[in-house]
Amino acid sequence: MNPKVVNKIATGVIYGLVILVVAILAALIGYILVTGVPHISWHFLTSPAQSFLAGGGIRDQLFNSIYLLVLTLIISFPIALGAGIYLAEYAPKNWFTEIIKTTIEVLSSLPSVVVGLFCYLLFVVQMRMGFSILSGAIALTFFNLPLLTRNIETSLESVSSLQREAGLSLGLSQWKTITGIILPAAVPGIITGIILSAGRVFGEAAALIYTAGQSAPFVDYTNWNIFSDTSFLNPLRPAETLAVHIWKVNSEGITPDANAISSGSSAVLIIVILLFNIFAHWIGNRLYKKMTSSK
Amino acid sequence: MTSILKTENVHLYYGEKEALHGFDIEFEQNEITALIGPSGCGKSTFLRCLNRMNDLRNNTTVTGSFKIGDRDIYAPTTDMTELRKEIGMVFQQPNPFPFSVYDNVAYGLRIAGVKDKKVLDEVVEKSLKQAAVWDEVKDDLNKNALSFSGGQQQRICIARVLAVKPKIILMDEPTSALDPISSAKIEDTLLELKKDFTIIIVTHNMQQASRIADKTAFMLNGDLIEYNKTSKMFLNPDKQQTSDYLNGEFG
Ligand SMILES: Nc1ncnc2c1ncn2[C@@H]1O[C@H](COP(=O)(O)OP(=O)(O)O)[C@@H](O)[C@H]1O
Ligand SMILES: [Mg+2]
Repeated sequence: MNPKVVNKIATGVIYGLVILVVAILAALIGYILVTGVPHISWHFLTSPAQSFLAGGGIRDQLFNSIYLLVLTLIISFPIALGAGIYLAEYAPKNWFTEIIKTTIEVLSSLPSVVVGLFCYLLFVVQMRMGFSILSGAIALTFFNLPLLTRNIETSLESVSSLQREAGLSLGLSQWKTITGIILPAAVPGIITGIILSAGRVFGEAAALIYTAGQSAPFVDYTNWNIFSDTSFLNPLRPAETLAVHIWKVNSEGITPDANAISSGSSAVLIIVILLFNIFAHWIGNRLYKKMTSSK
Repeated sequence: MTSILKTENVHLYYGEKEALHGFDIEFEQNEITALIGPSGCGKSTFLRCLNRMNDLRNNTTVTGSFKIGDRDIYAPTTDMTELRKEIGMVFQQPNPFPFSVYDNVAYGLRIAGVKDKKVLDEVVEKSLKQAAVWDEVKDDLNKNALSFSGGQQQRICIARVLAVKPKIILMDEPTSALDPISSAKIEDTLLELKKDFTIIIVTHNMQQASRIADKTAFMLNGDLIEYNKTSKMFLNPDKQQTSDYLNGEFG
């Protein structure tokens, strides 16, 4: 066949596949938004869920999802940062490092139900943490760590070795070169990793059912004492997230408006993820500018 | 003439492979010394021994004596930070940090603990002037250094080295990634700089060596073949191999 024709066919196939992917995505998001957005109202976002009556909202679930994300990042980011820096900059290139890397990959591919059950037995039962945001955050850390570590490692590695040499040749220590030059240059990549892992946290249900629990007890949003049982910030209270709520309403919901609630919740979930993306990019850009220029 | 840096019997091994086979050379203060030779003969390798950049590479063994003044560069007590301030380096590819021009040049000083804005301002201006790039960047000091042309970036990198006031500046083919006009500017800059600094430059461009270097060292396969005044070397080399190389017979 004539190379030009081959080229045309290949391009056509590739375009076709891209259009297919975009179409599936657009259809999914479109469907969720179209069926869900009409159910979103101020009332829906700001009132607690109802078990038997119609008209329940998702206030607590929405907050729980966000709080869980924050807690998960607080736990997993520092560990992933340390591990990523070690793997990218310090680890000798030998079989032992390879084993560590493989182990990390395996960790990321564990089924979430398995991780959920494991965390249930270890943290919820054995360590008596009960169904709690903290147990949930630890379970999510298991998924998050490999993703984030891998991402930080590759972001650091993709910074040109010329930058390292420049830093060292100026007399900076290796540590100072990493923290002062390599890390700032890697910020955009790291932000992308955080966004990806955040999507996973927002969407995870299976692992949370056993750890963060399926109930959203009454919490007081004016009580800032994190040790108080009724405080919204108490990490040891059970906390049903949006994704778990959607699952529960669909599988065992007995409210008359279960359908509306799950559509509305799905739409809110998608919108929150989109907003988080935008927000994270914005923060990332600011951070990058701040770290890489004086004003 | 005062000698500033002297090496004796330098051997370097990359794993099993010996890349430098006993290297004796002495560099004079406030001179430009060029290292020339065909690709792969060990020019970069030798240059990187002088500020111990080879330490970073696994599996590299260096033996022999390296003295700056009467201090041993490879002594266990050597403070690497101090050493690399004393012996600065400019690389083949311009490699400014992804920061503003100002921050690039001020970086070394800030690390050394200089906080006084006035001092920093002065040093930044002086260094950029010495590197002959001040006029081109003075209105954009807060712009990211990566947004300038390759030649400007390279001169910003030179300014960054000058700011920490090294005694010796090592340059590894600093103009090979640049266009002829930028290269010429950098050559002029170097001739100006040798009043205050000692420069050791690797170049594969023999015209460049003949234009700017006081002395030239010709290397071949990890050996120093000839080390002479540049004028002598180019007009009337002592060794047949040098003459062959200069006449383009190999390399
Ligand atoms: N990191 C390294 N590991 C192993 N061999 C190397 C390394 N760097 C350079 N070499 C080898 O050492 C020799 C000298 O290289 P180099 O100093 O880069 O030469 P030049 O700068 O003169 O072109 C070459 O044969 C090269 O292949
Ligand atoms: Mg080289």
